[in-house]
Amino acid sequence: MNEVCFKNLDKENPASFATYESTGGYKIWRKILNGEMSPEDILAELKASGLRGRGGAGFPTGLKWSFMPRNQEGQKYVVCNSDEGEPGTCHDRDILRYNPHSVIEGMAIAGYVMNASVGYNYIRGEFMEPYYRFEEALKEAYDAGLLGKGIQGSSVSFDLYNHLGAGAYICGEETALLESLEGKKGQPRFKPPFPANVGLYGKPTTINNTETFASVPEILLRGGKWFANLGVENSGGTKCFSVTGNVKNPANFEVPMGTPFAKLLELAGGLKEGRVLKAVIPGGSSTPLLTADTAMNMTMDYDSIANAGSMLGAGSVIIMDDSTCMVKTLTRLAHFYYDESCGQCTPCREGTGWLYRMLQRILDGNGKNEDLDLLLSVGEKIGGNTICALGDAAATPVESFIRHFRPEFEYYIKHGKSMVEVNV
Amino acid sequence: MISNQAKKEIDFWVTKYPEGRQSSAVMQALTIVQNENNGSLTGDLMQEIADHLQMPAISVQEVATFYENYNHKPVGKHIIRFCHNISCMLNGSDDLISYLEEKLQVKTGEISKDGLVSVKKVECLGACVGGPMCQIGDQYYEHLTPSKLDNILDDLK
Ligand SMILES: Cc1cc2nc3c(=O)[nH]c(=O)nc-3n(C[C@H](O)[C@H](O)[C@H](O)COP(=O)(O)O)c2cc1C
Ligand code: SF4
Ligand code: FES
Repeated sequence: MNEVCFKNLDKENPASFATYESTGGYKIWRKILNGEMSPEDILAELKASGLRGRGGAGFPTGLKWSFMPRNQEGQKYVVCNSDEGEPGTCHDRDILRYNPHSVIEGMAIAGYVMNASVGYNYIRGEFMEPYYRFEEALKEAYDAGLLGKGIQGSSVSFDLYNHLGAGAYICGEETALLESLEGKKGQPRFKPPFPANVGLYGKPTTINNTETFASVPEILLRGGKWFANLGVENSGGTKCFSVTGNVKNPANFEVPMGTPFAKLLELAGGLKEGRVLKAVIPGGSSTPLLTADTAMNMTMDYDSIANAGSMLGAGSVIIMDDSTCMVKTLTRLAHFYYDESCGQCTPCREGTGWLYRMLQRILDGNGKNEDLDLLLSVGEKIGGNTICALGDAAATPVESFIRHFRPEFEYYIKHGKSMVEVNV
Repeated sequence: MISNQAKKEIDFWVTKYPEGRQSSAVMQALTIVQNENNGSLTGDLMQEIADHLQMPAISVQEVATFYENYNHKPVGKHIIRFCHNISCMLNGSDDLISYLEEKLQVKTGEISKDGLVSVKKVECLGACVGGPMCQIGDQYYEHLTPSKLDNILDDLK
């Protein structure tokens, strides 16, 4: 446990430069500055590591970095996505607070590999404590002469800046994030062109999640193979999971990929006295809900969770016990997507409103029998018909909650109240 | 009027972006100006930001109305932003929000009579393992209970 991103968590002052250096931090960066590592060496290690993007989509990081036109003239950018807004997710916050230097080093290495001399870390506006911590770390790195132009007499330059958001879940979507960074409304762009060709200010840009960047220095320090072997096939390394909801000790855990779900549940203290597991959302609110039996038989890696019918997503494991009312829980999620739709695609803007209002009507005791099929059909009409994945994300919980717990929704419609006695 | 101090802070943000890309600083400019204007924005202030950053006023307004954290009406001296999303809800945020409304005699979205606080229900603040939680100013308050809330409220002046 806690071998990569959280490896300094138990030390005094885990976030400090001294702590980071004492465990091998900036060793790789210094090697690069000394001309001892080529971009090709680094890409090869990353590919061997099996590191996949931790922001949700799981795209192989080495491959993504190799798409950047590194020899193209002109400015290129590296951007870190610290917008962490997926309900149930809060491990990037801890990385920013307790291991900021790993993100700095990871981004600097990315800049070197992709020949991009400027980086931005987009931190959500509410994360003021992480922001101050990260600013402090940046100052330490500059003071140590590890960032800037022509660093330590080498030909390598990398300047890194923090940018703060102002409250919009959609800015976690990478092209909305770029719009926001340019000082505009956070509305996703059409793709293609992809950011690797036309990104920030129209220049080639690569965006990765906080945890993705934070994993890079350790991978290069200990080898791609070492990292790959921590995990399982197709899911290299460790992953930070936020375990929340109806458990005794909700917390963040960094565990090897392939760890049984049951083990993770146990780490979080298990269920409360006398409670029974009802359902689990394994990867954040945008990933399909699973029933207890399915969840108890899966392991925490991309393939096993996909086989179980969901997605690893952002690694946000939301636990629901038998006191949870599914109608109320789904309504809350529907409200979230309705609130956060950026409004540019009609199916998403109108559809999320419909989903929320219909569910609220059921919750208020005014549901009709045909509402459930209508909910499903509205969801279907959003999916696949929008610019970004928020539309699909809004439909996902609706479909999976109703599929697994239809009788509970029918009971609510019939009786105007929940069939769950202890109802949060 | 935007103070000189605020303008200096905004100019610090402008230095982070390439030449001619000063509009990238607009979000932070709005935050800085809002903070020194008792937590909300006005048309005049947005116009001043537009002038300062040499961008169209309409672009500033678009940004100011898109993001959740900008206020266009007066707010309490302190804004209690209470998360009511899934992880917090499963740990009892709704009861705590009711407790807060009762205690302060204020509904979410409104300002208390003495103008000291306003309460807002917000979506996930990225501290779900600490739920139920809320944000006041820069600070997060986690693992909340009624008595913890009492203490926090007592300290607000
Ligand atoms: C609606 C929406 C919200 C997202 N929110 C986040 C987020 O908060 N953090 C994040 O890293 N990725 C988020 N993503 C994924 C990003 O678009 C992008 O895939 C990711 O930052 C790429 O980094 P990675 O390859 O390292 O995962 C979101 C995607 C969508 C569609
Ligand atoms: S799917 Fe929704 S959030 Fe995404 S671009 Fe369209 S309207 Fe905006
Ligand atoms: S659900 Fe409340 S902080 Fe994430």
